[in-house]
Amino acid sequence: MKKANKKLSANLITYGIVIVAFILCQIAIAGIIPGFKMTRSLKGQLIPICVYVVMAVSLNLTVGISGELSLGHAGFMSVGAFSGVIMGMWLNKGMGVENELLCLLAAIVVGGICAGIAGVIIGIPVLRLRGDYLAIVTLAFGEIIRNVLNCLYFSLDGSKLHVSFNNPSIPGKLLVNGPAGATGVNKMATFEVGFVLVLFTLFVVLNLINSRSGRAIMAIRDSRIAAESVGINVTKYKMMAFVTSAFLAGMAGALYGLNFSTVTAAKFKFDTSILVLVFVVLGGIGNIRGSIIAAALLTVLPEMLRAFSDYRMLIYAIVLILVMLATNNPTLKNAIGRIIPHKAKKESDKA
Amino acid sequence: MTLFLSYLINGISLGSVYAIIALGYTMVYGIAKMLNFAHGDVIMIGAYVSFCATQYLGLPPLVSVIFAMAACTALGIVIEGLAYKPLRQAPSLAVLITAIGVSYFLQNTALLIWGANPKSFKSVVDFGALSLMNGQLLISSETIVTILANIVIMIALTTFTGKTKVGKAMRAVSEDKGAAELMGINVNATISMTFAIGSALAAIAGVLLCSAYPTLQPTTGSMPGIKAFTAAVFGGIGSIPGAMVGGILLGVIEILGKAYVSTELGDAFVFAVLIVVLLVKPSGLLGKTVREKV
Repeated sequence: MKKANKKLSANLITYGIVIVAFILCQIAIAGIIPGFKMTRSLKGQLIPICVYVVMAVSLNLTVGISGELSLGHAGFMSVGAFSGVIMGMWLNKGMGVENELLCLLAAIVVGGICAGIAGVIIGIPVLRLRGDYLAIVTLAFGEIIRNVLNCLYFSLDGSKLHVSFNNPSIPGKLLVNGPAGATGVNKMATFEVGFVLVLFTLFVVLNLINSRSGRAIMAIRDSRIAAESVGINVTKYKMMAFVTSAFLAGMAGALYGLNFSTVTAAKFKFDTSILVLVFVVLGGIGNIRGSIIAAALLTVLPEMLRAFSDYRMLIYAIVLILVMLATNNPTLKNAIGRIIPHKAKKESDKA
Repeated sequence: MTLFLSYLINGISLGSVYAIIALGYTMVYGIAKMLNFAHGDVIMIGAYVSFCATQYLGLPPLVSVIFAMAACTALGIVIEGLAYKPLRQAPSLAVLITAIGVSYFLQNTALLIWGANPKSFKSVVDFGALSLMNGQLLISSETIVTILANIVIMIALTTFTGKTKVGKAMRAVSEDKGAAELMGINVNATISMTFAIGSALAAIAGVLLCSAYPTLQPTTGSMPGIKAFTAAVFGGIGSIPGAMVGGILLGVIEILGKAYVSTELGDAFVFAVLIVVLLVKPSGLLGKTVREKV
């Protein structure tokens, strides 16, 4: 009982951090307190921060909770982005739905569902493999999705939607133009919806982790054979984690897609998957709160480093390497522990 | 028929480059059990060094290749010593992220030194193309050199790991680190050696790649890097002949897929074949299947 309470309060703190951050952002946007105002460039980062927080939390479900290294998370994001953009634009332009919020929500749901379906199709073969082989196959799927999206053409002819593969000559106005991507997209995404999406993601993931299914997923991660021998259906629970993760990534993708006027498949390269993986690892594998903080900070960091102009990505790389060394090298860890004794005690408790 | 043959030869040539890069991946994986994502960027650095040696120092092409190999070997040892050695006991994901950090670092350093504008790489091979079947089949000199280099490297590496003391030490370390140490093998030095060899091969691959596809920019190495990594997994990661077979097959599939299926979907085709192979043989073509013990 005590343990359950502890978990509940930990979850509440996580929600609390997000809500407080949102309120602070709103205050900063409104500029109520003098001197505490958000710069334009930072304001432009708000929706991407929401997107990357959702991406990081959902990838943490695969990598941290389910224990499968996935290198193709951006693939699901791109499926969500393109299906979301098509849905949103079709509702808005084709069906004449004026309310942009409604279009956006429909787009996010459709984006999530499409990515979820992709997750099922990809999950069936991928989850048969283990370790590095699984990682390379997720990478391969991510690349395949990107290549296929480069050949897709969608056009809007009145309220009719036309699709073609590798052939741009279809009737109506082109919505998705192969390698040039979706152009002329209405920027429907808002920070508020992003915030709600983050809360929804947290709700889904935290509840999943603390449920019977979540415990089964973690049991499989810790020992597949032991879990199987006590009657846990390995494939079912692995699929559950993988598809949920894909679904959430698709929702994030739809929000991301509707935040820019053009979306190209090139935006969802291997690098994007890696970027999200970096958030997860730096935040702490399996630690949801860590993922949120790491995703938010690291999305803002390159903006903050703008003063260093050309050197900023270099500094980013050096910071990344140094953080990994500081958190994983035994000698350095001990040295840090001596400076901050509190942390060292915690580490020894864990051991 | 001649068209098919020329595609096939082009595929083998591209595959040879992949194979040389994949060797670096597979050796490092076999010995240090880590995915060295920075390997692709070592290729790019190698190509830039060779480019600068011929362009600014006026060195002959062959000397520039040796120059590039020396630079990359040093680079490989430094990277291993600074970034990977402190993480020997760390979880594999931490090492993976560090490797990605190193990859970003190399790309951005190259961006700062050489700029984002692509440089046009002058081929290091300077004899004419070989013409066969009454001039119907034209094989470029780069293709011949690449395939020959691949064969030479393959033979040299197999002899090295099979016959020499250092090579045997490498195999011992990759088999069982603890036992190798007890037998008096210096594990750290052996791992550094592996990185050195892998990086020297990366330099050769970089020069050959840019001779055949002459645009050189800071991101040149990343896609061939990923494909070579795929090739290494395809052949069974950790296995040297596997990397060779995987690389060449991948190159052939890519060129044939691009020629006969669709230009845009060439890469997708490569990855699709990889997935099918891994589903049938989960540890790659020539990989060892490890039985799970309870």
